[in-house]
Amino acid sequence: MAETTTAATAAAPTLEVRNLQTHFFTRAGVVRAVDDVSFTIGRGKVLGLVGESGSGKTVTGFSIMKLVDPPGRIVGGSILFQGKDLATRSEEEMRNLRGNRIAMIFQDPMMTLNPVLRIDTQMIETVQAHEKVSEADARARARDALGMVGIPSPDERLKSYPHQFSGGMRQRVAIAIALLHRPDLIVADEPTTALDVTIQGQILAEVQKLCATTGTAMLWITHDLSVVAGLADDIAVMYAGRVVEFGDVGEVLDKPLHPYTHGLIGSVPSRNKRGEPLRQIPGMTPSLLNLPEGCSFRARCPRAAADCIVMPELHPWLPQRLARCHHPHLEEVAAA
Amino acid sequence: MSVYLLRRLIQAAGVVLAMSIIVFIGVFAIGDPVEILISPDADQIERERAVAALGLDLPLWQQYLVFLGKAVQGDLGRSFVFNEPALQLILQRMPATLELALAATVGAIIIGLPLGLYAGLKPNSLGSKAIMAGSILGFSLPTFWVGLMLIMIFAVQLGWLPSTGRGETRELLGLRWSFLTADGLSHLVMPALNLALFKISLVIRLTRAGVRETMLMDYVKFARAKGLSPFRVTFVHVFKNILIPVITVTGLEFGSTIAFSVVTESIFAWPGMGKLIIDSINVLDRPVIVAYLMIIVLMFITINLVVDLMYSVLDPRVRLDSK
Repeated sequence: MAETTTAATAAAPTLEVRNLQTHFFTRAGVVRAVDDVSFTIGRGKVLGLVGESGSGKTVTGFSIMKLVDPPGRIVGGSILFQGKDLATRSEEEMRNLRGNRIAMIFQDPMMTLNPVLRIDTQMIETVQAHEKVSEADARARARDALGMVGIPSPDERLKSYPHQFSGGMRQRVAIAIALLHRPDLIVADEPTTALDVTIQGQILAEVQKLCATTGTAMLWITHDLSVVAGLADDIAVMYAGRVVEFGDVGEVLDKPLHPYTHGLIGSVPSRNKRGEPLRQIPGMTPSLLNLPEGCSFRARCPRAAADCIVMPELHPWLPQRLARCHHPHLEEVAAA
Repeated sequence: MSVYLLRRLIQAAGVVLAMSIIVFIGVFAIGDPVEILISPDADQIERERAVAALGLDLPLWQQYLVFLGKAVQGDLGRSFVFNEPALQLILQRMPATLELALAATVGAIIIGLPLGLYAGLKPNSLGSKAIMAGSILGFSLPTFWVGLMLIMIFAVQLGWLPSTGRGETRELLGLRWSFLTADGLSHLVMPALNLALFKISLVIRLTRAGVRETMLMDYVKFARAKGLSPFRVTFVHVFKNILIPVITVTGLEFGSTIAFSVVTESIFAWPGMGKLIIDSINVLDRPVIVAYLMIIVLMFITINLVVDLMYSVLDPRVRLDSK
């Protein structure tokens, strides 16, 4: 029995999210922040979750941690972590997983560390929340983790307060905290958005190295396509609370199937488009309070037709390539 | 640190000097004590002799300079009524007032913090709504009325608690305290509660607002994402952050508690400084009024300094180095 469980755990992907729905029940109505999100992350793989502000990326991340606060609630779908559904776990079981098997890195490093507690307090408490170890051992672990993310003289820095660190250094501390228990999954919510490009590059390289060596899977939430291109194995594109395209990062960025992904890539400035005006996607993101009937991208889509009044499913148009569209850009894939 | 302290002390001396001028002119403007102190039957010669003895025949600026010269040597004048040094008179009464104010402040924190914490963590529960409604009463009911009601209920109707005086006292560190004896404690409860009522409401509201604000911070969510127990998140991560405003305000309030214990002391006949100042104002006992106000000013300055120092202990971002 024990062997079959182990085998099943090994075979199952680290994280499989199926038809996740997280809604916020506000006075103005139900906000469908996440309305149908599905993706898979294998062991040691990095998935880039891409979308505009308000497309539901962050709520997806918090849903996986089960840290969605009221009025928000996970109302449907399943989150399979190593084959077992997190939705059915009790709060106490989730607490044991958080910071231990599933860690999270937040967007703004200036806000994630408690300003009145020293770095060593904040790291040691994380170690001791999940393992019965002495304070000296926990301190040694914390020091090693700081060294691993490239913080010089970690012994002294442990005794510092967060305000004595720069933004980049604080994000390294947050990453070191996430790495303390060598988690199986890290949910990283735009962790480099608030940082300088040079620091961003350093941190990306560190993270990539760590994933490859420890087998940690990573959900990298971002709106920066260039970061995803360099870091992720797979990409999931979100629009208005739904995943509209999923597939290998190279293929999706090269020949996107969904018109939204197409528009998104087209609006990124690049060297070989110098002098041309940037293309933009016409119109605005719809309000999540009252989404249009059918495909939510319909009103902005150049390929929209009458049948788009029916919401398309996430369909495997090509092997390992899913898109939620009735009229995907298949001809460009065929032409190439 | 020592440079910081020195600078603060020089500032304090300036404030005391400015305050002494204002107080002196203010008290001079209230009225002429001669009318009250000297019997109407006295003839002109007796009258002039008495005025000269009190130093009231000099012009105001000379009276002030005489006062200042003596004050520097620690002499704040003699009471017209008791014919004792005003400072000594006040210092005799000070322990009683300090005890009352301390009991009220400690009580406000012991009662206010847990209630505010509960109201902040469970803002929509019935208990929280009751606490918040109660705190509005605590803010708006006048102290003297609540004091009279307390006496009516607990002293007159139920007869549980005595309504006047300090009760039996015991000596500690050279001062007499009520809280060390059972009888003294029973005398202390009602006036302390009366004086604390406003502060309990204040602490509840501050704590609740702090908790609600802090709970939304990213670092609290991050603490939860680290898998910490709810107990540790609340009592380490949230609590330490809300203590900063609570300590500041209760600390600053301590000064007003002492200054405004006047009302409570009058109602419960608590033999403190507040009662003395009311009596002194009634008979225009100038030296006592001036000395009392100077001591209150000094106390406020000291409290501000202590609060600033505690602030730097609680909040690592505030360091008092003069770098």
